[in-house]
Amino acid sequence: MLSAMKYASPTTVAEAVDLLGSEPDARVYAGATDLIPQIRAGRPEPTVMVDLKRIARLCAISSNGSTHTVGAATPTADICAHDGLAAAFPGLVEASGLIGSDQIQSRSSWGGNLANASPAADTPPSLIVNDARAVIAGPGGERTVAAADVATGPGTTSLGPGEIIVEFELDEPPARTADAYLRLIPRTEMDIAVVGAAARVTLDGDGRVAAAAIALGAVAPTVVRVPDAEAALIGNEPAGDALAAVEAAAAAATNPIDDKRGTVAYRRQVAGVLARRAVSIAAERAARQGGQS
Amino acid sequence: MSRVHVTCTINGDPAEFLCDGGQTLLDALRDEVGLTGAKEGCGTGDCGACSIVMDGRLLCSCLVLAPEADGRNISTVEGMATGDDLHPLQQCFLEGAALQCGVCTPGFLVAAKALLDRNPDPDETEIRYGLAGNLCRCTGYDKIVRAVQAAAQTMNES
Repeated sequence: MLSAMKYASPTTVAEAVDLLGSEPDARVYAGATDLIPQIRAGRPEPTVMVDLKRIARLCAISSNGSTHTVGAATPTADICAHDGLAAAFPGLVEASGLIGSDQIQSRSSWGGNLANASPAADTPPSLIVNDARAVIAGPGGERTVAAADVATGPGTTSLGPGEIIVEFELDEPPARTADAYLRLIPRTEMDIAVVGAAARVTLDGDGRVAAAAIALGAVAPTVVRVPDAEAALIGNEPAGDALAAVEAAAAAATNPIDDKRGTVAYRRQVAGVLARRAVSIAAERAARQGGQS
Repeated sequence: MSRVHVTCTINGDPAEFLCDGGQTLLDALRDEVGLTGAKEGCGTGDCGACSIVMDGRLLCSCLVLAPEADGRNISTVEGMATGDDLHPLQQCFLEGAALQCGVCTPGFLVAAKALLDRNPDPDETEIRYGLAGNLCRCTGYDKIVRAVQAAAQTMNES
């Protein structure tokens, strides 16, 4: 199989964009952890595989103090080993580490996870609660969009022909801010989310929620933000009635499917529970930070 | 169409081979280089039978296109033993009967070596998570975990 394809390994973004525009069936080849199985399953073969992993910018992690920049093809193994990212975005790093086995961690990336546009992808909810921006390059130059605006449905994105995600930008979180990500799968490893829940919480000096973001994966065609749950937290301590309101709002925001991993009713209930727990964990982390500042 | 010429290092030795642009590294290692230790189980990155290490990263060679190996440093199960001296992991798998049909064994050995290279003294939970990307259809997991523990002990004592 796969024998008729050509392989190209550009070293610059411009070269990659040119290659992707040179043939109608050119495809981005990054970790390929979904792409190769899809082709084996009968999806049409691309004519050219454009490997993005020899472009330094796509595999680099950097920070200028106020903004963290992570190359779109950076292996999640490198992200998980990066102390600066783990300190600033513990939930996003946890979500990154949940993708597949150690073998897959060597290849999986935020760019692939987002552009593959699986509703059950682990990192998009966490990218979204952290207001990540995707820098996209294409024939028309570069543009920057919210990570939330990349996936448009199962397997579909807002990326235009010849466009690639180059890198992600994440602002350093404000004081007393932390995130968390929880996922339910039917086993302990190596499965796809029944529900994923990401939360980010900023506390004020009195321990009340000053800002909150909650996003759910695997319960709708794309990631679902839960503004009602966020509003229920603002001005309140992350406990009691406020958490009950988070749970109810998260369950109500879902639009899940029935499949072998879970029924609609089960996914709704689990979404509420995981959202509540993710908020609690994020708030505990934010409170611990507050004690040090 | 013309084939791709790949120059790389395999198990410490310079190597070169010709492959098709869409050929997987697993197929190239087996069919072009003649290293048949890595096995095709699922072909989709789930079972780990094709595990190799490329530039220090453990990965499934069934999910890698062979031309990507150009300039890379590859380690396979064939490179684990030193002449007739088995690697401690191989010796412990042998002594502990940590294999039944054996098809998954090369992948487990490569993944276990990568785990011990990173974490020389893993506890049982770390071993089980570290080997979660490798499936054994004979379900001999317990003996595999014990063999990795024994190998870690041997390597830490020497």
